[in-house]
Amino acid sequence: MKITRKAFLALLAVATRAFGKPRPRRMAMVIDLAKCWKDRGCTRCAQACHAAHNVPQIPDRRREIKWIWKERFENAFGEESAVPSVAGAPVPLLCNHCEHPACVKVCPTGATWKRESDGLVMMDEHRCIGCRYCMAACPYGSRSFNWSDPRPFLRTIDPAYPTRTRGVVEKCTFCSERLARGGQPACVEVCPPKAMVFGDAADPSSAVAQLLRARYAFRRKPGLGAGPNVFYLL
Amino acid sequence: MSERAIIAASLALFLAGASFPFWRNAARPPRPLDLRLPQGRKECVAPLDYMRTSHGDLLEDWRDRVVHSGERVFTAPDGRVREMSLVRTCLDCHEKAGFCDRCHQYVAVAPDCWSCHADPRSQR
Amino acid sequence: MTILAKAMWGSRAYRWWMAALTAASVAGVLLWVRQWNQGLVLTGMSRDVAWGLYVGQFTFFVGVAASAVTVVLPYYLHAWKAFSRVVILGELLAIASIVVSLLFIVVDMGRPDRLLNVLLYPSPSSLMFWDMLALTGYLALNAMLARAALAAEIDGAPPAAWTRAIMLISIPWAVSIHTVTAFLYAGLAGRPFWLTAVMAPRFLASAFATGPALLILLCRAFRYDAGEEALRKLRLVMTYAMTVNVFLALMEVFTAFYSGIPEHAAHYSPWTWLSAGFAAVALAMALGRSRFAPAAVFASLAIDKGVVLIPAGFIPSPAGVVTPYIPTAVELGIVLAIWSVGALLVTVLFRIAIAAQEAEAG
Repeated sequence: MKITRKAFLALLAVATRAFGKPRPRRMAMVIDLAKCWKDRGCTRCAQACHAAHNVPQIPDRRREIKWIWKERFENAFGEESAVPSVAGAPVPLLCNHCEHPACVKVCPTGATWKRESDGLVMMDEHRCIGCRYCMAACPYGSRSFNWSDPRPFLRTIDPAYPTRTRGVVEKCTFCSERLARGGQPACVEVCPPKAMVFGDAADPSSAVAQLLRARYAFRRKPGLGAGPNVFYLL
Repeated sequence: MSERAIIAASLALFLAGASFPFWRNAARPPRPLDLRLPQGRKECVAPLDYMRTSHGDLLEDWRDRVVHSGERVFTAPDGRVREMSLVRTCLDCHEKAGFCDRCHQYVAVAPDCWSCHADPRSQR
Repeated sequence: MTILAKAMWGSRAYRWWMAALTAASVAGVLLWVRQWNQGLVLTGMSRDVAWGLYVGQFTFFVGVAASAVTVVLPYYLHAWKAFSRVVILGELLAIASIVVSLLFIVVDMGRPDRLLNVLLYPSPSSLMFWDMLALTGYLALNAMLARAALAAEIDGAPPAAWTRAIMLISIPWAVSIHTVTAFLYAGLAGRPFWLTAVMAPRFLASAFATGPALLILLCRAFRYDAGEEALRKLRLVMTYAMTVNVFLALMEVFTAFYSGIPEHAAHYSPWTWLSAGFAAVALAMALGRSRFAPAAVFASLAIDKGVVLIPAGFIPSPAGVVTPYIPTAVELGIVLAIWSVGALLVTVLFRIAIAAQEAEAG
């Protein structure tokens, strides 16, 4: 049977789309600060995240481990962007799961990498050698290191999720284990004013994509080119 | 002491020390291995002889697949679809204290898994 | 064999020196075992200041290792015969320095038991991967060169022909090890204190000042006659390199403060200024041909690169928070121990080299 080159290429394209890998997703988070600031003392996101992932509560601030936390506006976005209306306001910060993550670039063992299927910056604490190069590279201070055994600082251990050992780095994972079961990150689920929206920014119909089209959103240190995927609305 | 005496004494000391594991075990045999097997379960996630020799390799393979490839499910020999999880699958049937730890102590290995992965039974 | 015996034995003072170094090294091993068991919480590092003395000292000693090129290049490529009695010492110093640098890396790791992961999972996008290759390669090159040179010295014959090729490779390789180490820091967009094009040139300049300074000090300590010409030329290299180093540091100060970008200027703390001041004093002493210039140059750069540079990159943090970094006793003890290991290596290696030369001369 004869087939023209053009027809053959068209057939190939259709077949690849039908049987090839699905289009990669780009998971992103949009945080509506106006909603978040309705209760400035609220820390439900951090509490839910840290409980779900056995993140230890270490009293020494120098060795604390935090996956999501609140920082003053001027610390999060720089003194220069802290106009009086927002000065001192608490902003939730977490790993930005950047498009061009510096931490992934510098890791000497591939213990952290950007997942192709959905853009999550993953962490393999089995492989991490604790060199902390990723912590030096991260422009946002999103990563924490286990300076000692975390277990003494855990009041309860949820066996559904592993703890970590001394000597490895950890950070927010966008709750990859919950996403695997079709859920949402713990912080997003628990947020009382529903200030956090999470989804596939590459899917035009997602809530995240719609928000980013409708409203002006800003990110931390966009000029550095890391391409953070946590957006803030005001 | 003459040189010969020193050499003989040192040699005797060395041989005694090097053969210590053998004659100590002959004098006091270790307690027999008494594993608490899971009740009412006939099959593990892989054939028994494979699990006896290579469950460490299986767990490492699971680890790489779950963490690096995002694959979480597999089909066991009995046809059931299970999750690749030490805590949720293995420890669903086996007790860490009565099974895993006993054999590990007997063969003197200390796997690193438990420093992170918690035993659900000990949390209650 | 007699050469080795000569290296291991000596006067009472020498034996006390070796005993003290051994004791310090053993103490360091014990401290490191404590740190291995309890974690890096025993150091003064923190979530904000993730690297401290260990990485700083690593950086400094890579520089000392790279400085071997300051004697190798003039001797082999430009026939500076004056350096004939110091080239071997430069190569041996490089070996000891690389070993010391690698030890500082190992003690800084959270999970040193997973060290092999760097080899099992090569990551070409990471400068640490290339640094590992560069440093181990340089160690191998210098070990080969030094062994061949020592063997030739003992046999009284010229070194084998293949050593020239190795020596030629070692020259750009020496430059590369310190460039790669500078790249570790200079490529991080999130650390404005380090994000500068002059990082690698500054590293090389400070290395080329430190190496000759240390060689002069070691020749004095070992009462080794390198020759007036060699010492003069070493002082010359040290002075020029220190001038370039201070000049480049001033360039950084200009850029940070004239541009007025708060993030850049914020990393200049009293410690940075103190270290810079000390470097300026050392330069003045070098220019004034003071007898204490080599010690001052070495000390000021050990502080500038080995103590101040790394923590200063982390303070303030990306969120603008200042978390002070104060090394702990455990940290200092381990640093001292690794210095002792280096001193042990230098002592043994230098004594072998000197004994070989004396044997040949005699």
